[in-house]
Formats: sequence, C-alpha cells, structure tokens
Amino acid sequence: MTTAQLPPAELIRLVPDVFTKPFWDAAAEHRLVIPRCTTCETFRLPPSAFCWRCRAQEVDWVEHDGRGTVYAFTVVHHPILPDLADSVPYVPAVVELPGTGGCRLVGALQGIDVEDARIGMDVELVWRDVRDGETVPTFRPAS
Amino acid sequence: MTLRDKAAVVGVGSTPYYKRGRSLPQTPFELAGKAMLAALDDAGLAVDDVDGLALYSFGLGGDTSLFAQVMGIPEVRFTAMLTGGGGGAAGSVGLAAAAIASGMATCVVSLMSLQQAVSRFGASFAPKRVAGAQYAAPPTPEGNFIQPAGLMGPGQMFAVLTQRHMHLYGTKREHLAEVVISTRENARRRETSIMRDELTLDDYFAARMIAEPLCLFDFCLECDGAVAVITVGADRARDLRHPPAYVRATAHGGHGRWGQAITWMGMPDDEFASSGHRPVAQRLWEMAGSGPEAVDVALLYDHFSPMVILQLEDYGFCPVGEGGPFVADGNIRWKTGSIPVNTHGGNLSEAYIIGMTHVREAVEQIRGTAVNQVDDAAVALVTGGPASIPVSSLLLAREPVS
Repeated sequence: MTTAQLPPAELIRLVPDVFTKPFWDAAAEHRLVIPRCTTCETFRLPPSAFCWRCRAQEVDWVEHDGRGTVYAFTVVHHPILPDLADSVPYVPAVVELPGTGGCRLVGALQGIDVEDARIGMDVELVWRDVRDGETVPTFRPAS
Repeated sequence: MTLRDKAAVVGVGSTPYYKRGRSLPQTPFELAGKAMLAALDDAGLAVDDVDGLALYSFGLGGDTSLFAQVMGIPEVRFTAMLTGGGGGAAGSVGLAAAAIASGMATCVVSLMSLQQAVSRFGASFAPKRVAGAQYAAPPTPEGNFIQPAGLMGPGQMFAVLTQRHMHLYGTKREHLAEVVISTRENARRRETSIMRDELTLDDYFAARMIAEPLCLFDFCLECDGAVAVITVGADRARDLRHPPAYVRATAHGGHGRWGQAITWMGMPDDEFASSGHRPVAQRLWEMAGSGPEAVDVALLYDHFSPMVILQLEDYGFCPVGEGGPFVADGNIRWKTGSIPVNTHGGNLSEAYIIGMTHVREAVEQIRGTAVNQVDDAAVALVTGGPASIPVSSLLLAREPVS
C-alpha cells in the first residue's frame, strides 16, 4: 500500500490574468466556477478571452459541485526535480466534469492508494490551500 | 500548385552525437556551424550557395542574424521558423521546399543544434529557478491549470495520454517494450549510437518506473549535437553529388482544438489518445497521391515509445487502437517487418537531436547508404512531434512521380 502524496506547495505559483482571476478568486473561497459563454452556452477551461465555438467574449460563472470522473491519469514515481524527492509517488489526474460539455480539470488525486487509481472512477474536488489566497483543486474518491 | 517533387534534399551533415553535456566546451552555435558545413560538403555545395534558412524550435542555438554574419552567408533571402517545438522537425524541410518552390530562395538549410548541458527538457514545465529545472518556463495563466497537479515534464504528460490509450484499446507495456527493444536493436549496429548494449524484455521490466506506464527506457535520451540538411530545387538537385531525396509531400499544423495538447489536456475526446497527427497525415497523403502502403521505411519521432504506436495508427499503417498488437506482431522490425521503423535507433537509442536525426536517416535510406538499409527503399516517411501544434511530416522519395 502506497498512499498518493501531493506535489510540494512551494512549486505552485498562481499568476492569474484578467480571464482566469475569477476562477482563482472563487477557488480561494473553495468554490468551483466554470465560465460559460453567454451567447452559445459553451463551457470552457481554462478560462480564456474568447469562446472557441462562437468567439463571443462575455461569460457567466457557473457554480459546479466538483464531482467528476477520472478521464486519464499517471502515477509519478520518479522525482524529475530534487524538490519533488519527498513528494513521490503522486497522481496527476485529468477529471471530466459532468454537465460542462466535456470540460476537464486537472488535479492530483489524494486519499487513495496509488494502485487503486482508475480511469472512470468517480471523484470529488478537495480544495488545497497552498498559501494565503492561493488555492488549487485536488480530487479524492467520491464519498 | 503543389509542392510535390519541386525540391529535394541533397546534403546531410552532423556533429558527433554526445551524451548530455559532453559537447562542451563547444557552443550550440558552433555545433550548428559545423553541421551546416558538413551538410554542404556532403552536397558538394558551399556557404556561398546558401540563401535561406528554414528552421523549427530555435534550432540554430541563436538567431539567423548572428549565424549569417559569423558564417559569412552572402545574402539571406529567406529565413523563417515554424512555431512550436519538436513538432516542426520534419516540417522544417517542408518549409525549405516551400521557400524554393515559391522562388524566394534557392538553397536552404534546415538545422537543429542542441546542447542539454544547460537545458534539460525533462522538467521543462516546472517552475523557473528551481534547482534542476534550468530550461523551465515561468508560470502562465494557462499552465496554472496543469502544473499544480504536478505535471511538470513532457514524459509525465505523455504518460497520461498513454494511460488513456491503454484504457480504450488494451495497449500493454509489452507493446511499448517492443518499440523500445526493436529500436535498440537498430541502434546496436550503428557506430553513431549512444546506446549500443543489448536490451532484453527482462531489462525493460526491471527498469525504474518514471511516470506510469512509462519507465526509464520509454524515454528518449538527453543529448548534445547538431544535424543539418540542405534542400535545393529538383532540377539543380540532379546535378549534385548524391542522388536527390525528393520532397514528395510535406505538411504541418493540426486541428486547432488539439492546440497546446499535453499542456492543457482538453483535446477533443475522439483524438485525445492520439499523436495529434491525423489531419497532417491526411494532407500528406493527399499531396503525395499515395498512402501508407507506398512507404518503405518510417522514421517516427520517438521522444516517448508509445508515440510510435499512436503515429502508426494516425498515419494509417494500422487501424486506430490496433497499434499495440501491430508492433507486437513484429511489423516494425528491420528486415522482417512490414514497415521498418526508426532504423537509425531513433531518439530512444541513437541520439536525441529533436528529430533531425530522423531526417538524416530518411535521406540515407533513399540514397541506399543507411547502416540498416531497407532493401530498395524508394519512399521514406519522417515525422516531427507529437506535440502541441504544429506537428509535421515529410515524405522523401528516390524518384519524382512524373
């Protein structure tokens, strides 16, 4: 049994721009919001200047409960940087969010034996506060 | 208007291939100059003939301005670089052909010089100024949606795509091992190869896991060195030292929503577990007027072993999802396979010069001078990437179509 760890918080630094800031501001409040085009209702991640489908710019920030399914993942065993030596193994996962037209959010899995990670497993979002005002998504098996 | 057979590769040259850091105290710029001079010598041409540079991924180790000044190129009439990274390797020669067919230049150099002593790509998406991440990029608003999960290197990211391919199609580690071992067997016969020791299936499964399902041997090498190729118009090519390798077809790009690919993970569901090459392959075959059945040898960009399998599918050598069993059946082996792959030993075992060694090998196969020569090789496929847009490919041929 090898419990999944998390990459070190010191390596995470958020640099929001005008388009991603509402996402990270909500994350700091432990709320998941996904931008949805006000014109054609297409969701998009990461948040960006234009709707890739209709090129409109205005969005609604739609709350999501953070429940999803693992679309793909890897188990990182080798620390590619010295700073990762105490953090392996960890499990970066691509999680598909239902009700968003296939939007995916990427986060590390926690609360899981690395052997048990599976594509298709149901997961729920766990906010990880890396420092004051900076919070990133991780996931754990759905309760 | 088509580029088909309008230009030909007439010269190839390289420095020795070095393990990472062993090329010091030479500079990347110096390696670039040496490779160009070797390629010109091979073609029977001189610097005075050069009037164009068609590049990808900052291949000179510097800018054209300084390179032309230092090397004494009489007049630069064309200098352009494909956007992106290693995806443009094969396409840089296509860019050279485009420059020639349009009349903008007559003798064009494509070149990659790499010195990983100072730039290790393995952690290229890690935060900057962290020890061991010299090449690393500063955080970006887009990268913030990937990197906090711990995805900091391309190998980890391609591992994610590979897991999806395994999930959808039953691809196994044994299939990846066949790519690795067949490539090593090719490398073992070549003096230029960095890895010449036998590699067994037991060795493969005993290797340390890096990012599941990719182990040490699924990763390409870290190298220094430079490779250059010279492209001229088809008519002129016939009068030079070696038989021309005609640019039968070339394409670069990809679906817009393939986009940044591994560094955003939002690619369309139907091509997530692919190499991103499908639209480029389709345009390549359209320009060629033929398909994969006409290819005698395939030099497929192999930064990570599973990407060979995915490209075999995307270029139509086998149906999508059947790449694993296709390689397991021995199809990519030199001498015995239906489509020999990476006869030079690839990025995995010969040397990693960001794909330019694949172009060199294609030319040698077409000339009939390759170390692991494919009998009567008339058409060679070269690919760049898989990567973010653009990916690219190139079809070199011994004879023009008409």
